Amino acid sequence: MSRPLVASLFERLRSFPVHRHGRAAVIGIPYAWLLVFFLLPFLIILKISVSEMETVRFKDLLELKDGLVTLTINVGHYVSIFQDDLYVRTYVASLKYAAVTTAWCLFIGYPFAYFMARAKAAHQPALLMLVMLPFWTSFLLRVYAWKGLLMEGGWVARILVALGVDHLLVKADLVPALGKFMNTPFSLVIGMVYTYLPFMVLPLYATLVKMDLRLLEAAADLGATPWVGFWKITVPLSKAGIIAGSMLVFIPCIGEFVIPELLGGPRTLMIGRVLWDEFFSNNDWPMASSVAAVVILLIIVPLTIFNRYQAEATEARR
Amino acid sequence: MSSGSGYLQIHDVVKDFGSGSIAVNHVGLDIAKGEIFALLGPSGCGKTTLLRMLAGFETPTSGRIVLDGQDLAGLPPYLRPINMMFQSYALFPHLSVWDNIAFGLRRDGLPRAQVAERVEAMLKLVQLGKFGKRKPHQLSGGQQQRVALARSLAKRPQLLLLDEPLGALDKKLREETQVELVNIIHEVGVTCVMVTHDQDEAMTMASRIAVMSEGHILQVGTPGEIYETPASRFVADFIGNVNLMDGKVVVDEPDSVEVECAACRHHVGHGITGTLGMPVTVAVRPEKIRLSVSRPDGSTNVVQGTVRDKSYFGRFTLYHLVLPGGQVLTVSETNVERHREDAPEAGQAAWATWSPTSQVVLTQ
Repeated sequence: MSRPLVASLFERLRSFPVHRHGRAAVIGIPYAWLLVFFLLPFLIILKISVSEMETVRFKDLLELKDGLVTLTINVGHYVSIFQDDLYVRTYVASLKYAAVTTAWCLFIGYPFAYFMARAKAAHQPALLMLVMLPFWTSFLLRVYAWKGLLMEGGWVARILVALGVDHLLVKADLVPALGKFMNTPFSLVIGMVYTYLPFMVLPLYATLVKMDLRLLEAAADLGATPWVGFWKITVPLSKAGIIAGSMLVFIPCIGEFVIPELLGGPRTLMIGRVLWDEFFSNNDWPMASSVAAVVILLIIVPLTIFNRYQAEATEARR
Repeated sequence: MSSGSGYLQIHDVVKDFGSGSIAVNHVGLDIAKGEIFALLGPSGCGKTTLLRMLAGFETPTSGRIVLDGQDLAGLPPYLRPINMMFQSYALFPHLSVWDNIAFGLRRDGLPRAQVAERVEAMLKLVQLGKFGKRKPHQLSGGQQQRVALARSLAKRPQLLLLDEPLGALDKKLREETQVELVNIIHEVGVTCVMVTHDQDEAMTMASRIAVMSEGHILQVGTPGEIYETPASRFVADFIGNVNLMDGKVVVDEPDSVEVECAACRHHVGHGITGTLGMPVTVAVRPEKIRLSVSRPDGSTNVVQGTVRDKSYFGRFTLYHLVLPGGQVLTVSETNVERHREDAPEAGQAAWATWSPTSQVVLTQ
């Protein structure tokens, strides 16, 4: 996907002439997989998105008629995406919820990963296991369980009411009324943060655990209090983990469909839902494909930035 | 051990990690201002723990550390007027050389112009003027070492700590850097405590050395004192090469003694505090022994053996002489002449001799 990565892979292939074929095969399999199951479907979507509907089937892009080859590219759907307020608003909402979820995951996940990485070496495998434990249960069931916890009378809801948190949430316009948590932006973000937190914690833990603690001693020796040492040394050195974790949370959150369906409400329309409606309610495949293509673009932009950073980081390490 | 008048005073310091053995056991030291003081010992002898207590990374179980009249107890590392050059440097990989050196100055809240001025001066001092913008990984090992030194000197500490300062460099670079490092430290005039397991490093750099073993200080002295008059078997054996011969005092005069060993009779030109018949060890350094094919005059300080092997090192030749009792004597002969006529060959019988002023009698 990223040019520098691919280029460096080929460079390495060339420098190992003896094992060239074996290596090419090993690297080729995942690339073939991506080609068949990502690139080709994406191209099909792209093609559908610029096609015109002919009652039940799409018109071909290339047509031979009266000795003329005509190429018809219909960009009308893309135009309407940017003209129709609904789509733009939904994209913005998706980006907003993804960003808010990422921010909360980082805010909760960083201290989490930090104390895990600084725990006794003997305890770390157990702590790591606990982070991964939720994966043993179906994600659908776990999200569903939040319905029971957050609905009126659910014990999380009762605790929130007892603590008076609902007053704050009403003031912040995140829930419509006191004591009502379900099907609100609040319940949606809770569900997404809960689901994606491990994806933030694991890469952060991986970078923090590798850090050379003598650097913090050196910082202290030069007059940095532990707090300053944390911000000047630990945080900058865990940048790669912060970026990796944020990407792993942000990207799937943009297109998230199941969590908004289960925990969201009328005010939390996200692009995944719109996509579903276009495909299966309106049966407007070209429109749906256009929406999907734009989502992919939205995801590729941060991914490219991430890859460029990674490439720079590996370059720097050499 | 400590008289309590030094610039840095270490009073009866103990560090017990509670794991059975005591890392630092009742250590007392007095270090004068401007001195380069080396803690020398094998790994695990407690020298690094002692250094870390000076830096503030470890707290003494008991005892006091006083720097320039100020008791350092309870002072965290970031408040101590002490800076350390870490083993393998611990340079901040995400910061440029310039920012690495400026790190400590910025923590002190120095104005920007003053920080810049001080960093530039430090870069000049370690001859890295053009390297300010580089990241540490873009520098060679020797350059990284100089950045680490500049960083630890930038705040003008009252005490500089060096933890195995040259341990990460290869041999040739190490020899060059030793002298350069000492020159820079003297130029700045900072009091310095260094830790090393390398006796050459301690000998060439330090004004005084403390030899440590198993948490204790065995001997404190100038490099010359430590080498020429070691106080114990351990010190004699740890510093340089030495031939140790066990024997008994047979003649005890005020200004000389004779010691009867298995292979020979030693006539030692200094008196000892001991009694007749007392078991002692006589130590002779390899370079203080002469070898010859013909029998030298005199009946003491002479022994005959067979040359087991002979290794030519250019500057000197190393012989291993097997004595009648089976003991092996190491002899190092400086190659003063290009081709010595009477140099013994491997397999040949040869006489070893040394002067009465070259041995040391060890009673412990």
